[in-house]
Amino acid sequence: MDFDRADEIALLPDPFAGWFASRGWAPRAHQLDLIAKARLGRSTLLIAPTGAGKTLAGFLPSLIELAARAQRRSNSPRPPGLHTLYISPLKALAVDVARNLERPAAEMGLPIRIETRTGDTPASRRQRQRRDPPDILLTTPEQIALLIASGDAAHLFGDLKRIVLDELHALAGSKRGDLLALGLARLRRLAPGVQTVGLSATVADPQTLRRWLVPQRRAEGAGAQEMGAREMGDLVIAEAGAAPELSMLESVAHVPWAGHTARHSLKEIYALIVANTTTLVFVNTRMQAELLFQELWRINDANLPIALHHGSLDVSQRRRVEAAMGEGKLKAVVCTSSLDLGIDWGAVDLVVNVGAPKGSSRLMQRIGRANHRLDEPSRAVLVPANRFEVLECRAALEAVRAGAQDGAVERRGALDVLAQHVLGMACAEPFAVDELYAEVTSAEPYAGLARADFDDVVDFVATGGYALRAYERFARIRPRKDGRWRVANPGVAQQYRLNVGTIVESSMLKVRLTSAKSRFGGRVLGEVEEYFVEMLSPGDTFVFAGEVLQYLAIVEDEVRVARTSATDPKVPSYAGGKFPLSTFLASGVRALLADPARWSSLPAQVHEWLDLQKLRSRLPGRDDLLIETFPRGGRHYLVAYPFEGRLAHQTLGMLLTRRLDRLRLNPLGFMANDYALAIYGVSDLSLAIAQGRLDLDALFDADMLGDDLEEWLDESALMKRTFRQCAVIAGLIERRFPGKEKNARQVTMSTDLVYDVLRRHEPGHVLLRAARADAATGLLDIRRLSDMLVRISGRIDHIALPRVSPLAVPVMLEIGRERVAGDASEALLAEAEEELIREATRDVDDGSCRAL
Amino acid sequence: MTSTTVRAVRYDIERQAEGGLPLAGARLVLDPAGAIYWAAERLVIVADLHLEKGSALAARGALLPPYDSRATLAVLAQIVDRWRPRAVVSLGDSFHDRRGAERLGSEERGALARLLRGREMIWVAGNHDPDPMPGLGGSHVNELTIGPISLRHEPRAGDSEGEIAGHLHPVARLLVRGQSLRRRCFATDGTRLVMPALGAYAGGLNVRDPAIEGLFAGAFAAHLAGGARIYRFAHDACLPDH
Repeated sequence: MDFDRADEIALLPDPFAGWFASRGWAPRAHQLDLIAKARLGRSTLLIAPTGAGKTLAGFLPSLIELAARAQRRSNSPRPPGLHTLYISPLKALAVDVARNLERPAAEMGLPIRIETRTGDTPASRRQRQRRDPPDILLTTPEQIALLIASGDAAHLFGDLKRIVLDELHALAGSKRGDLLALGLARLRRLAPGVQTVGLSATVADPQTLRRWLVPQRRAEGAGAQEMGAREMGDLVIAEAGAAPELSMLESVAHVPWAGHTARHSLKEIYALIVANTTTLVFVNTRMQAELLFQELWRINDANLPIALHHGSLDVSQRRRVEAAMGEGKLKAVVCTSSLDLGIDWGAVDLVVNVGAPKGSSRLMQRIGRANHRLDEPSRAVLVPANRFEVLECRAALEAVRAGAQDGAVERRGALDVLAQHVLGMACAEPFAVDELYAEVTSAEPYAGLARADFDDVVDFVATGGYALRAYERFARIRPRKDGRWRVANPGVAQQYRLNVGTIVESSMLKVRLTSAKSRFGGRVLGEVEEYFVEMLSPGDTFVFAGEVLQYLAIVEDEVRVARTSATDPKVPSYAGGKFPLSTFLASGVRALLADPARWSSLPAQVHEWLDLQKLRSRLPGRDDLLIETFPRGGRHYLVAYPFEGRLAHQTLGMLLTRRLDRLRLNPLGFMANDYALAIYGVSDLSLAIAQGRLDLDALFDADMLGDDLEEWLDESALMKRTFRQCAVIAGLIERRFPGKEKNARQVTMSTDLVYDVLRRHEPGHVLLRAARADAATGLLDIRRLSDMLVRISGRIDHIALPRVSPLAVPVMLEIGRERVAGDASEALLAEAEEELIREATRDVDDGSCRAL
Repeated sequence: MTSTTVRAVRYDIERQAEGGLPLAGARLVLDPAGAIYWAAERLVIVADLHLEKGSALAARGALLPPYDSRATLAVLAQIVDRWRPRAVVSLGDSFHDRRGAERLGSEERGALARLLRGREMIWVAGNHDPDPMPGLGGSHVNELTIGPISLRHEPRAGDSEGEIAGHLHPVARLLVRGQSLRRRCFATDGTRLVMPALGAYAGGLNVRDPAIEGLFAGAFAAHLAGGARIYRFAHDACLPDH
């Protein structure tokens, strides 16, 4: 829309026009657009870069309406209820936005009450908010789930006029997003005229987000293609800011073949920090953040204030870093995706991204964190940590310059989240199944939900949904005489409230600093996953919260540690933040490799590496799958280059080794990275291929995704972990399952036992279906693997080599090797037993071996 | 079980059967499914079946899959089929609660009757099931002594030579190549023995817990069960929980 001055005055009543003028601002076109859309009663998606006044644009229509309502208020006997609901993925963002909103409201003298509601809000205020709601409430998806599950939801939301969904791109496509979408469907029922505004960064597929904003018509069983004609909100795209200034750090040092530390570029990164006012240094994992932070301080001769920020650190410590950042006290922050979203800091003038960006959308988001003034370009430097990452960074640079985004992954709403929601709706008021089904399928992620799946979920919520109808008398929800379902007793509603949310942390332990002498501790540094601590023995050292720590003991749910001056700490391999390479960037890397004419843009070392590969072996084709076989160190290797990301490669490795094992080709194990997969074993694979005993086309046939996958999946630890998450979200298992507070006599029961029993006796159960769907899109990346197998069918390019190829070196250097074993833990136990026997009998002359 | 697993179980059992595990003069074979076979007496011993634990938890709101009893009984049937014993002793906590036997489904009831056909069944009292359970058949005892071996639910404090007990559900935790493994196990020092729980939903207590360590005067071994064979580890090779 184009606006002239007259339109502007018409759209911006007093005191708004005056307020803009008094600050010397002119309202931006997209801000006026959103006011116009609101007048027309249209729900709208706003796509805008950071610094474009996106949040104010989202709230202006609310503020204008509320100003007008305040003028009318004197005539109305009844106090009007909640007008606008703002939902953000981050608690801190909700609090920050509330503060930013207070200011214009106060400066214009608007009598508007703005409040936040998060997990930190005191119970007394929460109760008061229900009785006497503010005009604008800022909150999170979990709080919405709680509010709509209460009996007074209709009272609270009956007057709701507008919903503002911030950072919608970060919520859609996740289980948290599913929960929010279901909540929106309910809010629309409680307040039928409500308008929604979605605020989003640039995304490849705005259509999905636009559909989020309006009720969907049911499209049972339809795929994405057939649903093209679905209802959508309007779209406003803000004018783009200045194009970012992007470069790749060309290190003078040797570029490593493998690894992710970027230690070779350390001095150059430090020089960048010195030369700029405030730098955000993004890395991909918490481990990298810890290591880089350590290394930077080692060479920080100028004692520059450099801080650390990642998701495992204690909240108060993270807040301190954020506050210091806001006050401009920091020179640099080393951070993970924990700062991808969040509060705006005007002072950041450089973003350094260490390691490969993995996806162009994430990179753009991170770049946007530098410089929030639209008219000036954001500046970012990419620092590849190894040779493949040089290729990936180059592909990412080209993608960002072209404004190309990663494609969205099609995703269906999760059934475990739906189960949680269904129970919540029974807690709010008795529901009729047909009505609830219609409501649920009006939410974007559930528009294609089959009635049978919905009925299974309701059945699960009621009695567990087992074919053996054993639990009718223990039902959690029951139909009344009129057919509406209600909760069986108040305890069920209480249980529901404790279980709300989709974030299932793996078991975490607090890390408390204490001196080696005293047992009692000082401050809490943060949390680590329990399984990481399981790997430590007292006395071991590790890096955490920017310090080298010594592990002393575990006391209840705390890890007691002391500072140490040890110089060679163990690497904490705790999980978190490992993103696989996006399909879009992967094809960029493949295209770059296949086109030597473009290599001139690469650093000389990398260029030479690829030349050598061309000489010694072949280059992976754009659409082919290159497979090399060669002997090395008494073993035989098969290296494939699918470029489909580590997760898909790991799954592929599991399946291929199973097949090779069946062919009696004796695989021993495999290594995978984002680009390649290497399988090793004792049989000569080059010979087996030459003699026709091994047919690569058959080996890579997509039918491996059938029985082989099912069989392996059922036994895999990944599947058990996934099942646990689904079981917690769906409410089969309470978050605080008995066994949390362990004492001497208490025995603990694990979800693995439940999983084993269920898959043997009812493999089609709805929760197992939910877990398998998660595995397919999540940790196993089966969908991507399946697309790849189809793509390369009949296009395998095999070469037998006398020795390892240059391109194969990085994957051969990967540390995380996976062993082959029908039942991995059996093999491990046997190995450990033998090792101990060897150790115990080492000095015995007669060689007799009596175990223990 | 796949045929490879069956072969491995046979091999392990044969290997053991040559000598058997000595306990107070008796020779016992440890079955990797979590049972003991005492060949001299043609006796199978199992512990802590916790039948109907699923339905007991369901009554408290956790609607876990109601298949735990049949899963447990299927394992017991395999064990019985392997040894074809004269008698089966269940060392207490056979049911998760006093009303458990009443809730046992008809199919499970049939499975139990089938596997006990032609043999003696001895239910030892446990703290979860102290009284005889109607309609199950077999005999109910508080404890039982056969030759040098005493069979009871809860291990006695102090020395208790020749005792085989349950109650504690021992599990061993090992760190192997950076992976933490947790398995049910037998705990024994050659004078007394604590059996692993057999119940599908029975949890576990680490052998390094004082409740288990305190039963043994000195060193003892954990014999890890489950899967194809038994793996032996000295108690101090096993890791404590936190």
